[in-house]
Amino acid sequence: MAKPLLEVEDLFVSFKGAHRTTQAVRGISFNVGREKVGIVGESGSGKSLTGRTVLKLTPKAAHIDARRLSFDGIDLLAASERQMRSIRGNRISMILQDPKFSLNPLMRVGQQITEAYRLHHKVGRREAEARALAMLEAVKIRDPDRVYQLFPHEVSGGMGQRIMIAMMLIPEPDLIIADEPTSALDVTVRRQVLTILDELVTRRGAGLMFISHDLNLVADFCDRVLVMYAGRIMEDIAACDLRNARHPYTRALLDSLPRLDRATDMLQVPSRDPAWLDGPTIRSGAAT
Amino acid sequence: MSAPPLETSGTGLKAWLTAPIPASPFQARMQQLSLKWWRLKANPSALFGLAVIVLIVLAALFAPLIATHDIYAQDLGKRLLRPSAAHWLGTDELGRDIFSRLVFGARITLYIALLTAIIVAPLGLIIGTTSGYLGGWVDIVLMRVVDVFLAFPSLVLALAFVAALGPGIENAIIAIALAAWPPIARLARAETLSIRKSDYIAAVRLQGASPLRIILGHVVPMCIPSVVVRLTLNMAAIILTAAGLGFLGLGAQPPSPEWGAMLASGREFILTNGWIAAIPGTAILITSLAFNLFGDGLRDILDPRHG
Amino acid sequence: MSALATNAQGTAQETALAVSHLNITFGSGAAAMTAVDDVSFTLGHGEAFGLIGESGCGKSTILRALVGLNRDYEGTIRFRDTVVPRQRDKSFFRRVQMVFQDPYASLHPRKMVQYVLAEPLRIHGFDRHQERIDEILSAVGLGPSFRYRFPHELSGGQRQRVAIARALIIEPELLLLDEPTSALDVSVQAEILNLLKQLRRARDLTYLMVSHDLAVVTHLCERVGMMSEGRIIEEMSAEDVRAGRAAEPYTREFLEASTGYRPAS
Repeated sequence: MAKPLLEVEDLFVSFKGAHRTTQAVRGISFNVGREKVGIVGESGSGKSLTGRTVLKLTPKAAHIDARRLSFDGIDLLAASERQMRSIRGNRISMILQDPKFSLNPLMRVGQQITEAYRLHHKVGRREAEARALAMLEAVKIRDPDRVYQLFPHEVSGGMGQRIMIAMMLIPEPDLIIADEPTSALDVTVRRQVLTILDELVTRRGAGLMFISHDLNLVADFCDRVLVMYAGRIMEDIAACDLRNARHPYTRALLDSLPRLDRATDMLQVPSRDPAWLDGPTIRSGAAT
Repeated sequence: MSAPPLETSGTGLKAWLTAPIPASPFQARMQQLSLKWWRLKANPSALFGLAVIVLIVLAALFAPLIATHDIYAQDLGKRLLRPSAAHWLGTDELGRDIFSRLVFGARITLYIALLTAIIVAPLGLIIGTTSGYLGGWVDIVLMRVVDVFLAFPSLVLALAFVAALGPGIENAIIAIALAAWPPIARLARAETLSIRKSDYIAAVRLQGASPLRIILGHVVPMCIPSVVVRLTLNMAAIILTAAGLGFLGLGAQPPSPEWGAMLASGREFILTNGWIAAIPGTAILITSLAFNLFGDGLRDILDPRHG
Repeated sequence: MSALATNAQGTAQETALAVSHLNITFGSGAAAMTAVDDVSFTLGHGEAFGLIGESGCGKSTILRALVGLNRDYEGTIRFRDTVVPRQRDKSFFRRVQMVFQDPYASLHPRKMVQYVLAEPLRIHGFDRHQERIDEILSAVGLGPSFRYRFPHELSGGQRQRVAIARALIIEPELLLLDEPTSALDVSVQAEILNLLKQLRRARDLTYLMVSHDLAVVTHLCERVGMMSEGRIIEEMSAEDVRAGRAAEPYTREFLEASTGYRPAS
């Protein structure tokens, strides 16, 4: 098996408060190869923080500790801020939930994509512009020449997210971290955006960390799923096996979803077991 | 999330304040208040401001006990003395003890500050929230009135009113209040404009509440914190304006120990006996600073946007 | 207008709400935008009807017009066979209540639960405040110990329960639900959906729900109206939705997109 892109072993993230320290991520281990890995969990499970920790974009009060946090052989824990800057965007990029907050409102979207490319590639403006237009086409934007000239407030949510994807993928990163990239989008638009993301990631052989609260979506879209609860990974399972998950929490989450295929009277409400906090992670059906 | 350390083993007041399930609305409110106090305690400059304000309030309350001399007794043989054991802060041009006058002056300063706040806060709140909530022509009329008041510098406006009403401390207060309410009304209106769009206001409207009930019961409580903060920060300006009016001879009249008036009378001797002017000046500076520091701290704990 | 409408099962029942030819336009002149375009639907007593569609389809605009938060509409709204006046009065709100989407925004940040629940009682002149508050708090699964809590001390699910309690404390007949679970986690969503289902049975309520989540709507409602660009393009029973029986191409696309991710061809 090829060496994984991202290796995380025993990662802890804690926040120092005035009076007590809050453990947000508590000893998780996982690898991401050139595959689509979904991280699901409810709010407060630490899934977003895990994604940010990989890029070392955590708030100042956060303290990161791990036995191993390495990306393609680079020790991220020891990396300087300067090294991290050359990794961010270039080798690992991040797509956030709402493109409205991640695009510069005063700059034409085409220019922003061009800049993103030139930041990491020493090429002339002309060539970068050509690349940006090609990228807009690659994310299925019908009239790239017109969209290139638009400002962020002039594009719809779905279009904005496609522009974000174009911007994040143009430096050809090896790993993409997508934090709820489609939660702000309508279901029909969501499918288009996911299809584009899927194609680009698969074609380039990049790795994808797909952070989401939507179990059904992750089960269909990703290759592997990590289920997080209270800062721990409960289960690490192939996406196609998710319906046969072993961990009671994963099962409870699945049962709590209203279903479209059959009528249910009352939904299952998950009960939580404090023992899970120290329990083992179930990997591909086996406790470890 | 920040919470004070929970001490389950505590007894009495502490246990009562940290009980997980409050048994009465009073207890619930006190618990909230103790949380705010706990957050204020973490802010040293606000605490310093509060300490100075408390000190001034105490000085004002117990002025007759603290003062060492009669503040009106003139003794021309002892005029312009330097600070000494007999006269801690020296004497002024008429031989009156400056320390005693300063202590009694705190009463006047606080009287002005408090009375102005009592007039300005409700006036600005009601006008601002009504204007913002009702909108339409009510808003247009009220805001144009505010614009007229804002068009003049506050000291000039206060001067004009005092000139019309005659000098004196009550008239000075009315004049200052008239100049101080428009910014408060503006602030309350701006807050109201964002509050009225919120879901919780829509929810009370859907319960069938009348506009009066909504404004007084739901909009005003949301505006109060920012108005209180703004007023505390304005307190410095109010004190300075009062001192300015006193300095110009339009506020408190001699022989009243108002700080601005004291500063004015010390002006003649500023080159030879500088402390006569410097002492009331310093008092004004420290009081203004204390209110500013405390106001900043108050904003951090009261403003809903700061958690 | 007949007092009888036919529900999904084909049995006649009393009409609770009838909306006919509702038109809502924002702006005027060249910038005018039609948000709701000739929408008509009826709601039988005790029925649950869901309006579903993507953002901007006009579903929330209909709710806001129904409760009178937006008075600029054309068409008639009848509640229990009486045309609702444009300026809603207290008696209307006594019988029609609404639960908002975001429980973090719909509760006044400085009011205790006790006060939030007592206010509608005071407005509508109810007696026995304490007993009613305790009773409704138990009914929504919170219990009287929550009386003296502030919203910021509650979780999202608890807040939404308080919001539901506030709407139900004056015993309305029709409850409007504006995406009541979209801001909540899935496990909390399950709790709230269960609660709504159980309350509807226990209190003989009529629901009008608005959502973008097909699974949530069909779980709670027997009948669904698919909205697109301000119009109801198709009305279906929950059974039709589950079986994938849709006539309009847009509805079919929406159904397919809601069932999970399959790469678009």
